[in-house]
Amino acid sequence: MKRRSFLIGTAAGMSALAAPALLRAQGAPLKVGTYGGFFQDSFDQHIFPDFTAETGIAVESIGEPTGEAWLVQLEQAARAGQAPADVSMMAQVARLRGERSELWAPLDETAMANLGNMPEHFVHRYADGRLYGTGAVSWYITLVSNTDVYPEAPTSWQALWDPANADRLGLLALASNSFLLEITATTFFGGTDILGTEDGILQVLAKLAEVKPNVRLWYRDEGQFQQALASGEIPMGQYYHDVTGLAAAEGQPVRSTFPAEGAVLDSGSWVVSKASSMVEPAQVFIDYMARPEIQAKLSRNVGTAPTVDRALTDLTDDEFAAVASDLPPILPQYELYIDRADWVNQKWSEMITG
Amino acid sequence: MSAREAPTPYWLGLLPALALLVLFLVPFGIMLAVSVAGREAGGFFTWGFDLASYARVFSPFVGRILVTSVAIALGAAILAVALALPFTVILGGMSRRAQTVVLVVLLSALSLSEVIIGFSVNTLLSQTAGVGNLLAWLGLLEAPRAFTPGLFALMTGLVYLSFPYAVLVLYPPVARLDPELAQAARTMGASPLRTFATVTVPLLRAPILGATILVFVFVLGSYLLPQVLGRPQHWTLSVHITDQAIYQSNLPFAAAMAVLLLAVALALVGLSLLVTRERRTGT
Repeated sequence: MKRRSFLIGTAAGMSALAAPALLRAQGAPLKVGTYGGFFQDSFDQHIFPDFTAETGIAVESIGEPTGEAWLVQLEQAARAGQAPADVSMMAQVARLRGERSELWAPLDETAMANLGNMPEHFVHRYADGRLYGTGAVSWYITLVSNTDVYPEAPTSWQALWDPANADRLGLLALASNSFLLEITATTFFGGTDILGTEDGILQVLAKLAEVKPNVRLWYRDEGQFQQALASGEIPMGQYYHDVTGLAAAEGQPVRSTFPAEGAVLDSGSWVVSKASSMVEPAQVFIDYMARPEIQAKLSRNVGTAPTVDRALTDLTDDEFAAVASDLPPILPQYELYIDRADWVNQKWSEMITG
Repeated sequence: MSAREAPTPYWLGLLPALALLVLFLVPFGIMLAVSVAGREAGGFFTWGFDLASYARVFSPFVGRILVTSVAIALGAAILAVALALPFTVILGGMSRRAQTVVLVVLLSALSLSEVIIGFSVNTLLSQTAGVGNLLAWLGLLEAPRAFTPGLFALMTGLVYLSFPYAVLVLYPPVARLDPELAQAARTMGASPLRTFATVTVPLLRAPILGATILVFVFVLGSYLLPQVLGRPQHWTLSVHITDQAIYQSNLPFAAAMAVLLLAVALALVGLSLLVTRERRTGT
């Protein structure tokens, strides 16, 4: 009698405990992280509603802080078994660091029919071949200027070194998000090959140090620079082509220029935290984002360059030119911020604060 | 002597003790553990015992940043207390009603976040919207110019941020000052300034030191204002800790630098305890 009631009680208790969890799992939205602010607003408006309408998967939009702040939060949360977002858009340095610590959940390629649209460098795999992410969007870091202060657009990255621009520039504060080493190497050392050795990196850093008297603001927070650029307080610098184009379209006196040496081409990728319990709907989402028409929609509405081959999309020449350039881009040397990260960071800090 | 006679039940002390344990000692323990964890290049960290991060902390580079941080904090503390002292003494001489109004205004300034203060000072000292325009209009400057970022802007922000704390520490002892002492000095022919310098300030020596140490420790941890209002050479240790923790995902190095910062702060709290003991034995 006692045993029986105990069993009944336990069974009831177990189902009472389990039921809400089951219900929650079924009805839980897929948490998708994109950079807070303009990116998130655009996705909320143009992407998530259509995705939910087609697949029936509800999306909870999460605003991520830029770059590696989000990686650290995902790492810490995953150690506690939590996933603040199921799918996240990660810049490449953060994506690779997450790969090193196996933070990303392996994905099932057979469930992702659109994977073939992606060029090989946007299909991310672990060393053993397991798929864990795909390219989400590409963006350019260009030379930006205030049109009131500079009626003529600058044409070269060399403008950053021009003594006439003393105390007028806003540059990103970190080696791993400014890619100023690559910009300097391409502008003055004929390409990024020189960054292959520590001696070469030091030479490039010495050249970059010459730019310091011109820099008024080394920014970590994008918003800090965007406002100063529009007001003319800090009338030149490096910034994102997509956001600058949007600000110009709103009538702000700013412009984005692809310099003769090329603009920096960086990108964000979709990855899933290993602590997520929503890997299947996450795969549906990532696969949906790899469709050419969705990539074209992003280019038109968010101003990012497509990660699938342009020929697959229906973007016109003008539409493509608005988000990209035919000039060969400056490609970030990601291994500098992965394998040599601590050394490069130390030398960078010494250069910038010295 | 028995617990029954104590005005406050002892078990009430358990609550703050528990809070101290949960909110300070446990996180501090985790920080210590992380500071000796192994850094994985390009990855995160693995638990273990590795002193490599401390080896990097005890370098000329970090030493220079620590000296910068201490100098900035000390400068801001001295400035804030130097401004707060005459302010508080004058406040103490006002009517009760006026004192209440001033203190309420001061307390409301405390509710402003560091972000708001930083961006306000930044705008106030900017070229396009700041005081430079006023000075140019008055003919004091040829053309509007920016006074930010720089040491002046940074100090302005830090002193604004810490001034209310300095006043709040100084206010109780100032309010308790015997006005007859200053009056006696005045009847003996001392000027108001001389009375302030030779009677009021020496009487307040211990609270002045206490306020300076409080503001110093408070400013030592500031990380936002040096970024917004300072140039890279003014970035404090806290800014570099944030860079390592948030942007380089190098938590062991960040934790080791944080331990160093905490040790410096604790050394100064020790100093303040020493000063308090001196004052007790002195009276």
